[in-house]
Amino acid sequence: MMQFMLLFSRQGKLRLQKWYIAHPDKLKKKITRELITTILARKPKMCSFLEWKDLKIVYKRYASLYFCCAIEQDDNELLTLEIIHRYVELLDKYFGSVCELDIIFNFEKAYFILDELLLGGEIQETSKKNVLKAIAAQDLLQEEETPQGFFDDHGLG
Amino acid sequence: MPAVRGDGMRGLAVFISDIRNCKSKEAEVKRINKELANIRSKFKGDKTLDGYQKKKYVCKLLFIFLLGHDIDFGHMEAVNLLSSNKYSEKQIGYLFISVLVNTNSDLIKLIIQSIKNDLASRNPIHVNLAMQCIANIGSKEMAEAFGYDIPKLLVSGDTMDVVKQSAALCLLRLFRTSQEIIPGGEWTSRIVHLLNDQHLGVVTAATSLIDALVKRNPDEYKGCISLAVSRLSRIVTSSYTDLQDYTYYFVPAPWLSVKLLRLLQNYTPPEDPGLRGRLNECLETILNKAQEPPKSKKVQHSNAKNAVLFEAISLIIHNDSEPNLLVRACNQLGQFLSNRETNLRYLALLRMASLKTGPMNAMEKDVSVRQQAVDLLYAMCDRSNAEEIVQEMLNYLETADYSIREEMVLKVAILAEKYATDYTWYVDVILNLIRIAGDYVSEEVWYRVIQIVINRDDVQGYAAKTVFEALQAPACHENMVKVGGYILGEFGNLIAGDQRSAPIVQFQLLHSKYHLCSPMTRALLLSTYVKFVNLFPEVKSVVQDVFKQDSNLRSADAELQQRASEYLQLSIIASTDVLATVLEEMPSFPERESSILAVLKKKKPGRVPENEIRPALTHGAQSTDTHVNHAAPSAHVTAGVSNVSTDLLGLSTPPASSNVGVLLDVLGDNYSSGAAQQTPGPASAAAAVAQQNTYNPKKFVCKNNGVLFENDLIQIGVKCEFRQHLGRLGLFYGNKTSFPLQNFTATIVNADWASKLSIQAKPVDSVLEAGAQIQQMINAECIDDYADAPQMNLSFIYNNVPQKLTIKLPIFLNKFFEPTEMNGESFFARWKNLGGNPQKSQVIFRASQGMDLTATRTKLMGFGMQLLDNIDPNPDNFVCAGIVHTSTQQIGCLLRLEPNKPAQMYRLTVRSSKETVSQEVCELLSDQF
Repeated sequence: MMQFMLLFSRQGKLRLQKWYIAHPDKLKKKITRELITTILARKPKMCSFLEWKDLKIVYKRYASLYFCCAIEQDDNELLTLEIIHRYVELLDKYFGSVCELDIIFNFEKAYFILDELLLGGEIQETSKKNVLKAIAAQDLLQEEETPQGFFDDHGLG
Repeated sequence: MPAVRGDGMRGLAVFISDIRNCKSKEAEVKRINKELANIRSKFKGDKTLDGYQKKKYVCKLLFIFLLGHDIDFGHMEAVNLLSSNKYSEKQIGYLFISVLVNTNSDLIKLIIQSIKNDLASRNPIHVNLAMQCIANIGSKEMAEAFGYDIPKLLVSGDTMDVVKQSAALCLLRLFRTSQEIIPGGEWTSRIVHLLNDQHLGVVTAATSLIDALVKRNPDEYKGCISLAVSRLSRIVTSSYTDLQDYTYYFVPAPWLSVKLLRLLQNYTPPEDPGLRGRLNECLETILNKAQEPPKSKKVQHSNAKNAVLFEAISLIIHNDSEPNLLVRACNQLGQFLSNRETNLRYLALLRMASLKTGPMNAMEKDVSVRQQAVDLLYAMCDRSNAEEIVQEMLNYLETADYSIREEMVLKVAILAEKYATDYTWYVDVILNLIRIAGDYVSEEVWYRVIQIVINRDDVQGYAAKTVFEALQAPACHENMVKVGGYILGEFGNLIAGDQRSAPIVQFQLLHSKYHLCSPMTRALLLSTYVKFVNLFPEVKSVVQDVFKQDSNLRSADAELQQRASEYLQLSIIASTDVLATVLEEMPSFPERESSILAVLKKKKPGRVPENEIRPALTHGAQSTDTHVNHAAPSAHVTAGVSNVSTDLLGLSTPPASSNVGVLLDVLGDNYSSGAAQQTPGPASAAAAVAQQNTYNPKKFVCKNNGVLFENDLIQIGVKCEFRQHLGRLGLFYGNKTSFPLQNFTATIVNADWASKLSIQAKPVDSVLEAGAQIQQMINAECIDDYADAPQMNLSFIYNNVPQKLTIKLPIFLNKFFEPTEMNGESFFARWKNLGGNPQKSQVIFRASQGMDLTATRTKLMGFGMQLLDNIDPNPDNFVCAGIVHTSTQQIGCLLRLEPNKPAQMYRLTVRSSKETVSQEVCELLSDQF
């Protein structure tokens, strides 16, 4: 089971965090800081896996963003790398050439997509088509809604 | 600002831009506080907010929280959003709650109500949203509230696939929180049958759930085995187009495959032969696919493929039922180790480490694989893990296959010796070995522990105490009696102060085992008893009584009879002083390569990474012949002189009746190692060749011990020690035949070197019995430098045919070298000083057997001079310094050896204060490499 996933920038800024186990906020921050520092200190050619406490950390860098997952001893490291890759593909397909900014400005979408891919720390749907179909169905539901508050929302809200 | 998808919230985007534009942390905090104040006032305001505004503000709060700030309000507004009839508002509400709500929040009841409504929705998207929230929070309350609905959704016939997928994982999440949530009974089979579902997404999710359920209750769910195998079989045999979007970079359903392989690791291999065959086919197919050329160069392809492969290897290791699969799996791991992908090397090492402990417990069937595991353990052992690995091997030894026990015992003994920092640990390990696998503890092993105890006075008391305790076991192995007897005979006095192990108690304890032991052990115990007479005068009369017993004094075994009578006389006649001299404590054994290692090398040529292996002469050391060698102890004890002690204890026990070879000084040295270097084939084959077939005295320029000469009649071993200008040589003549060698003489040939090297050889017995061994001591003193080496004439009559041999003794000038340490500066200063032509000697010669610089280095180190590192600017070159000691003068000597790899040539330059020395050193070394 995946315990958490973190997305952070080369500058060490956390862009997305998803926790599949309950930790107090303080501990989450501590873990995040620790891992960001550890991973940023590693050289590009180094192995994508590291032992950390009783967990296995799997990480990969895509452009300016690091994707980092903590998995348990029973989990498969190589496939976790591919979960990351599948997630990146989904973001890319959804946003069209995704970049860090897309994730910053549409963080909620990034969450929704992740929730379709993984549930409770386990892979839910590995088919790219099926995930995109689910997201499209959600977007369709939104578009049926009448846009509201368009006028009071020019930076005034 | 990038495009915002869906129903983008402009206000949110503007706020995010603002934050990003903040130039400093302070500015950011200021902007956030302003926003928080704004939102708070909006939420508190009288004016009711519409859904969109609530959604927007909740989203802003979420963003602020994700930036790392604390949020202490807005929860109620988020909960309100849950019941919105607009999906986007509902979704944001759920997101906020998933990220921000603590499991023990007061709001949980309200949230649960909203979730209930959504679960009951006809719209699968709403249902899934609700389940995602349940899974995200995953608290006990959630488990209680939805423990009924979720399983129903999972197995109900009219549930849509996407909902089933979520339900499976949602249930898994709740199961992890509270195990009792899973209904049993008919549900079990319905859940298991999800493995047969048509939708691969459902199967993937369900497999995760089933894996967790199986871990709790393997029996109840064992129906999943056959379903998992057939599902796996369908996947691995499908082409990559069959599974459409579930094929990932040309690999069919890698996630599902891995999960199925994991699931099967919860069970032992299927008993049903058909099923088992099917599973093995799957595993074979996966291994085969690994050898196919990749279908894509993308790393995703190789990762997915290897993920499945690694999991298959884990299952193979776990199952441990198919030797050929195991061997293939090990080979595959080996291949990964040389892969250029760091990730693969890492994982291969990890799996190998799991092989290390895994197979020791689990693998019971195939010896060859367990052999591999033992080898791996042995190879992996280093200082840091030695105690753990030795313990692991000891544990395993109790159940190990008989065929590998002896080798395991050797390996444990070697590791324990090699990595012992605390020798009490070493003693414990060896005694444990004897306890656990006494029958497989060969002589070398228990000889070695005695050597080590004798050489290390810090452990002697502990050893005495420990063997004393071990001997108190009602049934202890005979090897334990031997070790105990020897150690108490030497060091029993160290524990005699304690009433519980008083001399008489020690004696009685040992003697209580006496009647159960073989004659060889009894002989050893008799020696222990006579040592007790020396150590503890108070037990003298008791010991004498034992010697006097008919069963000893008139024993049918000649050796026992002889010992009993001689020891009895010794104890009666000899004065305390004489007794003390004869029975003096054993001197330290010279430190050298463990004799056990030599045995291991012999057993496993090629497996032990060293250049010296010994295929021949396996009998002596392993012989179980309990016959005790007559000649040695008896002759010496009656003579009652100083070198008795070396052989008094009957430890050297050559198999007297054997005519195939002679065991040479088992205690420590293994001359056979030298023999093998010279005799490439088995001894019998070598014997057919001409007489002086294994004779090359030059071998001894760089070493001191080994077999000097061997033909089919006799084997001559040598062991020598040098100090300053003095040398001491032990020659061991072993009769390999089944007839005595008569008129045996060994005399030094007098020649012109006699004035430069003085040699005294002790006389030897004129008869060398069949299969026996005698020893001759030779003392040498170097008076002046000399060339070559002295010779010895040997003559005897074998089967009425006179035999004559001339052998060169390995007393070369270089033996009198004292190594000299010096730094680069003084080396070069001296080198220059000795630059004159008569003092310098140089030769250039071709490398005789390939240019192996490590071998060269080892030889140079054995030559006697100090090998000086980091002096020559060329790291390949060797530089040495030493002083030749003669009784008249000391001659300084420097040496430089330059290998020329392309030409396969060496250039050797020697400079010394004496021309003849330079020449002789050149001469001695020029055919060594």
